[in-house]
Amino acid sequence: MAPIARRAHALKEALDRKKLIPEGFIENFTKLMEVDWDPANGARVVARAWVDPAFRTLLIKDGTRACEQFGYTGPQGEYIVALENTPTLQNVIVCTLCSCTAWPVLGLPPDWYKSFEYRSRVVRESRSVLREMGLDLPESVEIKVWDTTAETRYMVLPFRPAGTEGWSEEKLASIVTKDVLIGVARPLANA
Amino acid sequence: MDGIHDLGGTDGFGTVPHHVNSQSYKPVFHEPWEHLAYSLLFLGADHLKTFNVDELRHAIERMEPRQYLAAPYYDRIVVGTASLYVEKGVLTQAELEALAGGAFPLARPQTEGRAARPTRSHFEVGDEVIATRDFIRGHTRMPKYVRGKKGRIVHRTSVEWPFPDAAGHGREALRQPTYHVSFDAKDLFGDGAEASSVVVDLWEGYLEKAGAPNV
Repeated sequence: MAPIARRAHALKEALDRKKLIPEGFIENFTKLMEVDWDPANGARVVARAWVDPAFRTLLIKDGTRACEQFGYTGPQGEYIVALENTPTLQNVIVCTLCSCTAWPVLGLPPDWYKSFEYRSRVVRESRSVLREMGLDLPESVEIKVWDTTAETRYMVLPFRPAGTEGWSEEKLASIVTKDVLIGVARPLANA
Repeated sequence: MDGIHDLGGTDGFGTVPHHVNSQSYKPVFHEPWEHLAYSLLFLGADHLKTFNVDELRHAIERMEPRQYLAAPYYDRIVVGTASLYVEKGVLTQAELEALAGGAFPLARPQTEGRAARPTRSHFEVGDEVIATRDFIRGHTRMPKYVRGKKGRIVHRTSVEWPFPDAAGHGREALRQPTYHVSFDAKDLFGDGAEASSVVVDLWEGYLEKAGAPNV
């Protein structure tokens, strides 16, 4: 088998020779993937929900409209549902069948999220998987796993940690990481 | 399709290769060709309308299982995308192999898929439902770990989408809402289950009212 780099370039070259790739198409789409779709987007949405109760209500009721206010909808982010954590509930997102993720809000899925290990195990051995990854939840915390099998794209709305009273939205957003939005980490005030 | 891709609940894999918050996630792509995978997929799906994303998912599922397991993620996107351009008559495998300077194995052949069962009734939040006992040779978005299991509706979508078992084969597809169906993890994985519940987003055509005969 030809190496993947050669196969990928062969596919592009074959389409190019038939004049099927418009000028700038690949560059523009690559910019969306590398720059525009970023977990900092989801972090801003969470920070707003933490400081603005009306926005929080909207985010839980209609995640798509809430994210639209920031311009964070688009491919793989057309029907967004926010999953609200509490001190005793941790929501975790997976796509066991492939890699579905809310691209505009969370960024493209990381390699580990697309790994066979995560896809196979997190629905069944959630607590162990989270512990191995560094999130050791006590038994009193319920774990709910959401398998992204259709068009809904999820984001986790984490619980605002103690010690963040009076923080600016920007500072709050800085503790909401990509892993927090996927649900395998919890935000920490002293991070 | 009960293929190798339907991994939920499969045993034997090791630890997830990640420790929380240890990565900056930049750069997004690690190899100079990786951005081509999604770019050329969206060229075909969004711009040229040669195929749809359901067909792409199914093309990847149709990869020979050993090739699927050995290929990195973006390699699978390239193989699935290339397979569809060839199956739709846009490119030939011969020209791809000539340009690649070696073999370019594609997905295995398509089956015919199935039409959506006509919608009989909407379900409501709180309803108990059974995921159908259907065994599907073609594309489907119902992971096999919920087949025949009882769950409870927690959300009905306000939008309807093409039934993937038809759309994934390039067939005309009825639109249906999907439902977030919450399954007790113990019903899925026994007493060893480590979550309280697993919520799966299922098209209406995958569901029956609990207690109704399986027809």
